[in-house]
Amino acid sequence: MKKGTLRQILLITDGCSNQGEDPAAMAALAREQGITVNVIGVLDHFDAEDSRGLQEVESIAQAGGGISQIVQTRQLAQTVQMVTKQAMTQTIKGVINQELQGILGETGTVEDLPPEKRGKVMEIVDELGETVDLDVCILVDTSASMKTKLPTVREALMDMTLSLSARMGRNNYCLYLFPGKRKAVTRVVSWSPNLDSIERAFEKIGTHGVTPTGPAIKEATKSFGQIARRKMLFQDDEAYDDGPRF
Amino acid sequence: MTGQDFNFYPGTRIIGKWHRKQYELIRKIGSGAQGTVYLAVSDGKKMAIKLARDRASLIAEVNVLKQFEQLQSNPLGPSLYDNDDWLYGGETIGFCAMEYLKGTPASEALRKRSFDWTIVFLVQLLNQLKKLHESGYIFADLKPENLIIIDPGHQIRCVDFGGATKIGRSVREYTEFYDRGYWGMGTRKAEPSYDLFACAMILIDAATGGRFERSGYPQDQLLRKVKEASRLVPYQSIIFKALSGRYASAEEMRQALVSQAMERQQPSTQMRRRGVSATAKSKTNDGWVSAWLAASIMLTIYIVCVLVYTM
Repeated sequence: MKKGTLRQILLITDGCSNQGEDPAAMAALAREQGITVNVIGVLDHFDAEDSRGLQEVESIAQAGGGISQIVQTRQLAQTVQMVTKQAMTQTIKGVINQELQGILGETGTVEDLPPEKRGKVMEIVDELGETVDLDVCILVDTSASMKTKLPTVREALMDMTLSLSARMGRNNYCLYLFPGKRKAVTRVVSWSPNLDSIERAFEKIGTHGVTPTGPAIKEATKSFGQIARRKMLFQDDEAYDDGPRF
Repeated sequence: MTGQDFNFYPGTRIIGKWHRKQYELIRKIGSGAQGTVYLAVSDGKKMAIKLARDRASLIAEVNVLKQFEQLQSNPLGPSLYDNDDWLYGGETIGFCAMEYLKGTPASEALRKRSFDWTIVFLVQLLNQLKKLHESGYIFADLKPENLIIIDPGHQIRCVDFGGATKIGRSVREYTEFYDRGYWGMGTRKAEPSYDLFACAMILIDAATGGRFERSGYPQDQLLRKVKEASRLVPYQSIIFKALSGRYASAEEMRQALVSQAMERQQPSTQMRRRGVSATAKSKTNDGWVSAWLAASIMLTIYIVCVLVYTM
């Protein structure tokens, strides 16, 4: 089986967008291009005002074919790495389900197999999740209300790279913050195999009142085009190597 | 991710969708992030039933347990009886039936028993880990909650293999306090030293009286904690070596721990031997008294020495 590359957008936000395109529509558009959109909503207390943010978080992930998870700030670290990994498994399972439907007919999915066979299929899913290459574009909402949560977000992202770099497959990350200084979105880290450079990325952020989630997702979707081009330039595989391969 | 805890009444009947076996729930034994475990009865036999919240984790556990059954040596985990689906109110809940191990959760036993016992349990655990590692897996989510002290015999056993990972892959399940990645002391790649780090953390946890959160300088914090705990003094070098991943195998760490435990003062060594063999039960009472006396004398001498030294 030829291994492909899984492409994900990871959106970390705490509330409602209020500028630009409809974020769910943009997520659906990303999905059409083979990119999964996962959303983590950092909501510390649930009240009436938050419920709209909650709905938006869910609808973006649904439209983007990904996973959404609402967490409190202190649980962020474990959640970020878990959501990313679960989304990978989900995507791989989706592909396998499609193959199975071809064999078993319309209703065949992994869940419909007897436990013994399901176990074997999951072994393959695991194996693929371990060896497939992964591109993650991280989008962090840095609007005023997120400001105090940013140090935790940074830690959570470092933790995620720690978990992912233990895989055999290669990883690529890029990091966008929104709202940006002049534009809707600013790229702070361009595609690279590690996120070491984010240490200081969060320091020089000004606060803005707007939250252009839609445009941010659009920009993130475009960024996957850049990586395709970069891969053409760097035919030398070593540049992306970040772990032993077998 | 349904998020909800399962709550079924005693007497609830479970019928497997595929193998048609019947189980009757007796009571809840435990509940974790991945599922809920019930004591159940089937054909007059008691067993543990694990209802999975996260199906992937259950499948992983079943795969590992099946692997163990092909091994000839002592069982590493509970034996697996059945693995099936249960249709409940339009929902499909995956479950597996396993051997019911009667005992005390290690999280409780470690708090109640003396620190000497902690060392004994750790030595036993390392022996189990050695076999597990040899079979190509690491336990990964190693913590007292996933360990049980079997009732007769004082033997430690691993109970929850949901996190067990093939060596060379990446760790899927972990608990922050016992995770070397969290403390900035290594990767989350499944290798024996990952489990050994958790072993050292179990010791620290038991000696310092509870888990703590990491500070800005996690490595220094850990080293300080180890140095501050008086009970860890004899084992300092072993703990440091395990924390920094310098043990190549569980066996190496086990031997170091055993020889260090034997090297300590005579009275407490005798005490430990008697405890392990558990033969002279009637005599344990005066054994305790003499051990206490010896321990307090040793402690006094130690304090006096420290005082003299500091002055």
